[in-house]
Amino acid sequence: MDSALIPEGVKRCPFWQFLLALAVTGAVLLWGVYAMLLCWFKGLNITGMNDYYGFALWIWADLAVIALGGGAFFTGLLKYVIGKDELKNLINYAVLIGFICYSSALLILAIDVGQPLRNWFIFWHANVHSMLTEVAFCLSCYFGVLCVEYLPLVLENRQADRIPFFHNLTHNLHEIMAVFAATGAFLSFFHQGSLGGVAGVLFGRPFGYREHILIWPFTFFLFTWSAAACGPCFTIFITRLTEKITGKRLVKPEVIHLLAKIAGWMLTTYIIAKICDTLYWAFSTAPAMGFTLSHFYTNNSLYGYWILFAEIVVCGIVPAVVLITRGLRERPGLLFAAVTLASIGVCLNRWVMVLQVLAPPVMPFDQWALYMPTWPEVATTILPVAYGVIMVLISYRYLPIFPQEKELNPVES
Amino acid sequence: MLPFSFEWIWDVGHMVFHGGLWYALSIIGIGLTYCIVKAAIDSAKAGGGGHHHH
Repeated sequence: MDSALIPEGVKRCPFWQFLLALAVTGAVLLWGVYAMLLCWFKGLNITGMNDYYGFALWIWADLAVIALGGGAFFTGLLKYVIGKDELKNLINYAVLIGFICYSSALLILAIDVGQPLRNWFIFWHANVHSMLTEVAFCLSCYFGVLCVEYLPLVLENRQADRIPFFHNLTHNLHEIMAVFAATGAFLSFFHQGSLGGVAGVLFGRPFGYREHILIWPFTFFLFTWSAAACGPCFTIFITRLTEKITGKRLVKPEVIHLLAKIAGWMLTTYIIAKICDTLYWAFSTAPAMGFTLSHFYTNNSLYGYWILFAEIVVCGIVPAVVLITRGLRERPGLLFAAVTLASIGVCLNRWVMVLQVLAPPVMPFDQWALYMPTWPEVATTILPVAYGVIMVLISYRYLPIFPQEKELNPVES
Repeated sequence: MLPFSFEWIWDVGHMVFHGGLWYALSIIGIGLTYCIVKAAIDSAKAGGGGHHHH
């Protein structure tokens, strides 16, 4: 039964190994589900949130996975709209990673709502003045787009593809995929941007507040830009990781290098914009509100200047230089290091914009509010990782994700 | 969410937000429906034998 579902011409590990991997990851998943149920039944008082911290660790994870999943919309845009046809060899995995990230984001939001029976309120009783309403709308619709993009991959399973209707449906979906990809890119622009905009409009939280272009604070554009830059880096990171774990070449180097080069230029332009934004905020916006830069970075080691240096230099400028320089980009070790740093960088940016925003004192009598997550928050943050690993395990085993795998790994008959 | 909902107000906010939502849902829905209907017609024409485009 199992071997009949595996794509033709490729080799997979023994079934018992696959089941063992599923069981181990499933145990971690169940731990997260238990913590999620505790959050629903016992309430958010079991978290480390308090009057200062309205955002938990999982909200950082939510924004981080949304940014990392940005590889799906940007690679889709490059492949289907701009016409970079070489990326057809990586687009399936980008879509799968995006699907995992966005379904995880919706799951995390469901935990945060706290009352699952009222999840639909966000659509029916929508607050049309809220950027988070826009985020919820766009995120849900974009997840729908990702389902449509993932569907042909599922239908291309060896057994499903034998059914004529499924075969024809796959073909038809491929034919008009550009429409879905363009819709996805449009939706992503607004939900990624609005997530950034949430921090940027909080004038009561001067660490995050930014000047505006019309109604949009600078952070609106920086969030979309960083997702388009770092999302593809995460796709390359996971692809390389999968290749290391499976011990196979799954995608030809030239395909990886093309995406790495484009991501590198996106990262370069993003980091220049980020530096300009930081300088303007530090020397114009914050002083105008009565603050100095040292107000936001001193007094504790957790949020020292190191975090600014790590985000902009170590995880921004360094990977950008590696990715745009051909000689460096084509060295496998350096490429892997660069995409890893870029992925960490965008997570660090979301950490700063979600949690550090709430930490500095804003009133004369306030103190730095440091935050310590409780175990249910850690478990619910690890939950999507376990879910993602399970999805990758199943998809890699049974679906033709990598079109070049057969050619790169000929099976001796 | 819908104009007949008791909370609905005919202002720019509602029209932009919900208009955008319906616009996106319509594209996804129409696109998917088109693919499903065409696949059903193609399958019927091929007499259940299927054909290979790839």
